Amino acid sequence: MSEQKIDGFELKPGFKGMASDTGSDQTMFKGVHWGKAMMWIFLLSDTFVFSCFLISYMKGRGSTIVDWPNTSEVFSLYVGGVPVPLLLIAIMTFVLITSSGTMALAVKYGYEKNRKMCGWLILATAVGGLTFVGMQVFEWSKLIHEGVRPWGNPFGASQFGSFFFMITGFHGFHVSIGVIFLFIYTYKVFAGHYESKKRGWFTKMKGDYVEIEILGLYWHFVDLVWVFIFAFFYLW
Amino acid sequence: MEETNKIEDTTKKEEQTSTQKIGIYLWIWLLLFVLSFFSYMVDWYQFQGMLRWSLILFFMFLKAGLIMAFFMHLFWERYALVNVLLWPMTAIACFIFLMTAEFKYTLFSRFFYFVVGGA
Repeated sequence: MSEQKIDGFELKPGFKGMASDTGSDQTMFKGVHWGKAMMWIFLLSDTFVFSCFLISYMKGRGSTIVDWPNTSEVFSLYVGGVPVPLLLIAIMTFVLITSSGTMALAVKYGYEKNRKMCGWLILATAVGGLTFVGMQVFEWSKLIHEGVRPWGNPFGASQFGSFFFMITGFHGFHVSIGVIFLFIYTYKVFAGHYESKKRGWFTKMKGDYVEIEILGLYWHFVDLVWVFIFAFFYLW
Repeated sequence: MEETNKIEDTTKKEEQTSTQKIGIYLWIWLLLFVLSFFSYMVDWYQFQGMLRWSLILFFMFLKAGLIMAFFMHLFWERYALVNVLLWPMTAIACFIFLMTAEFKYTLFSRFFYFVVGGA
C-alpha cells in the first residue's frame, strides 16, 4: 500500500486523481516506492510471457485433429487402489494458496515492524514453495516414467507433452527463484537488516520493510499464474 | 482545545501509516481455499460442456481478482498505478481473439487435407 500523503501535493481520488498524478510534472506513481513500481512493471511483462504460453497452448490444443489426453485421468493418483483425479494438483494448489496467505500476513507484520512474526511467516512461505517444487518434481518424474515426452505421449495428441513441460516448467522455475529469495529475505529479516537500515547487495537503497512487500508481490504473482494454469491446463 | 487537536492529528497520522486489519487477509485466504475447493469439485463431479467451462472461468477470475485486489493491494493503490497495470490486459484479450480465429482455420485445413484429402 502506498503512503497516502505527500507534502505540497493534493492527492485526489479516482480518475481525477489519475489525471492529476499523471500530469503533475513529477513522479507519476505518487507514494509508490520505485522498487515496487519496477516490480509491477516486471510482473506485467511476465504476464505477457505466460499469456503467450497459454495462448499458444490454446492454439495447439484447438487445432489438433487427435483427441487431447484426458487430464483428470493422466494426473490421477492411486490411493488404496482407487484412482483419485487430479489429487496431486489439488494438493499443490492448496499448498501454494497457503504460502500466499502466509506471505500476505508477512507483509502486514513487516509494515507493523513485528520482526519475529514477519520472519517466521516468510520462512513458512519458503517451506510451502519448496514443498510445491518437490511435488512438481514428483509429478514430472511420474509422467516421464509413463512415457510422456515433448514430442509424444501414450495418452493422445502429441503436443500435450511439449505444452505441459514448457508451461509448468516455466512456472516451476519462477517458484524456485522465489523460494531462493524467500530464504534470503528470511535471513535479512531475522538479522534485523530493516531495523539497522543496512543496504542491499546491488543497491544503495537503505533496507526497509517495503522490500518485503515487493517480494510479496512476486510471490502472489506466482500464485496468480498457477490459478490460470490450474484452470486452463488441468481442469479444461 | 489545541491539545485535543494535536491528539487527533497524531491519531490520524497513525491511522494513515497503519496497515490493513488482519481479518481481511484471513477472510480472503479462506475464500481462496473455498473457491479452489469448488473448482476442484467441477472436475470431481465431471461437469461437462458449457457448465464446466463457465464454472472454471468464474472461479478462476474470482480467485485472480481476490489475489490481485487484496493480497497484492491493488484495491488500495491509486488509479494511476492500477490503470497502467490493467489496461494492457486488453491486448492479451485481442491476441486470444485472433488466435481463436487462427486455430479454427488450422483445424479446418487439417481436416480438409488430412481427412477429406483436399478438393
